[in-house]
Amino acid sequence: MVNRLKKFFSGTYLGLMLVFLYAPILILIVYSFNQSKTLGNWTGFTFDWYVQLFRTPEITDALAVTLSVAAISSIVATVLGTVAAIGLHAMKRRDRLLLENISQLPMVNPDLVTGISLMLLFLFVGVRNGYVRLLIAHITFNLPYVIFSVLPKLRQSSDMLYEAALDLGCTPMQAIQKVVIPDIMPGIVSGLIMAFTLSLDDFVISFFAGNGVDNLSMYIYASARRGVNPALSTIIFVPVVTLLLIVNLKSIREERNAELQLKKVGMKR
Amino acid sequence: MKQTNAQGLKTAKGIHIRRSVFAYPYVVWMAVFIVAPMLLILYYAFTSDGGFTLENIVQAASWDNLRVLADSVRFAVYTTLLCLLLGFPVAYLLSQMKKTTAALLSVFFIVPMWMNFLLRTYAWKVLLGAFTNMLYTESAVLLGMVYNFLPFMILPIYTTLIKLDKSYLEAAADLGANPTKTFLKVVLPLSMPGIISGITMVFIPSTTTFAISQLLGGGKTMLYGDLIYMKFITEQSWNTGSALSIILLVFVLVSMTFMKKAERKTSDEGGGRLW
Repeated sequence: MVNRLKKFFSGTYLGLMLVFLYAPILILIVYSFNQSKTLGNWTGFTFDWYVQLFRTPEITDALAVTLSVAAISSIVATVLGTVAAIGLHAMKRRDRLLLENISQLPMVNPDLVTGISLMLLFLFVGVRNGYVRLLIAHITFNLPYVIFSVLPKLRQSSDMLYEAALDLGCTPMQAIQKVVIPDIMPGIVSGLIMAFTLSLDDFVISFFAGNGVDNLSMYIYASARRGVNPALSTIIFVPVVTLLLIVNLKSIREERNAELQLKKVGMKR
Repeated sequence: MKQTNAQGLKTAKGIHIRRSVFAYPYVVWMAVFIVAPMLLILYYAFTSDGGFTLENIVQAASWDNLRVLADSVRFAVYTTLLCLLLGFPVAYLLSQMKKTTAALLSVFFIVPMWMNFLLRTYAWKVLLGAFTNMLYTESAVLLGMVYNFLPFMILPIYTTLIKLDKSYLEAAADLGANPTKTFLKVVLPLSMPGIISGITMVFIPSTTTFAISQLLGGGKTMLYGDLIYMKFITEQSWNTGSALSIILLVFVLVSMTFMKKAERKTSDEGGGRLW
């Protein structure tokens, strides 16, 4: 009885917290199918907001900017960062620690300060193009996340593998391609996903470093006073949640399978 | 030959290059886009018309500005406490569940971390405006901050708690501790590293938050981030703005060292850590 009561209360509490976290977005999504402009006044079902969404060039442009900046910046950061991590890993300890510490700067720095510092640089050097500014800013703040998700994998993998590949006749480049990279692949992939989602989501750094070319966050900020088309919340929310759920559920299932296998072999604990 | 293998590479043409060379493109990127911009902030903070001066710092540290900083810290403290109060039970309850259920449910608590924070804040603005008269008050700003930062408190505490060895709890019960005592004397001390990580992950971003107060406070609540924005964008006074940024950076670094120290102290006593 007491146990049941406990379960009931803990379930209720977790449920309430989930409502708190998701309700605002879900309500916006529900009202994106409402004919009336005002929230809380349901006048009938419609797809008008969605039609309008794709007819508003400001929104479609911002959507294109957000997606292309996220794709390009995360891929560039992943390539540059993975190569850099392999290099850092082979460095002398003292040099490596110095560089790792500097790399942490964008993660430690408040976004506001990172954004402003980049803005000052762009004005100082004379980079006018808003799209280029966004790309550079996003690559810069994505890089440390890639590096710090690849470096631990490099540390876990043994240098012996690389040497064995050389002994077996690989050229060094082949050895890196065929042995090192596959070995650290999970780190590279999680770095890429993290970089992509961070870029999709960024507002503060883009706002200060950018110049006239808006991503979705900047568009929402600029039009918050007049009101934002509620259909936008569906467009942003549904894909991100689906993507994250797929990624996470896959890893949960893999974990559970691994666990079951361990149990079968009788090796648990 | 072995040595060359460990440290370096030979290209097809037989030119000897070291593997550390791979880091060089990144080092150049870092120098141009991380180090140089920070030096520019320092430059603007300590010069005026090209000459060295402390005038900007003195101006930035005026009573009015310090009061804004104090206000931001007050908001950040409230946010952190509320997140801890609301988030710890979530993490604890999740950690007590069956492993697969907990893994699944925890995803739902962590997913909001990756969703456009501006859109979620905007959603609150619409909701508060339509259904309450709370919009454009301090409480609305606080609500927005707690809402945005809550997952950052739950995650580190949860990861610490699931690593907690259940046999400790059984041992405490066997030795006669009641559930409350077990919680206070065993669970809480062992989850300290997670709590401190959570505090760091909530307190520092919420001191430097920007835009939440503008969207939900309607410009009535001025936080430090808004002040920096005003100096740079509205007033175009880069020198004072840079000086304000430096003050913020120093504040953040000091609080971070403080937290790191507290974290080291607790993790020496055992328990997991996030970073």
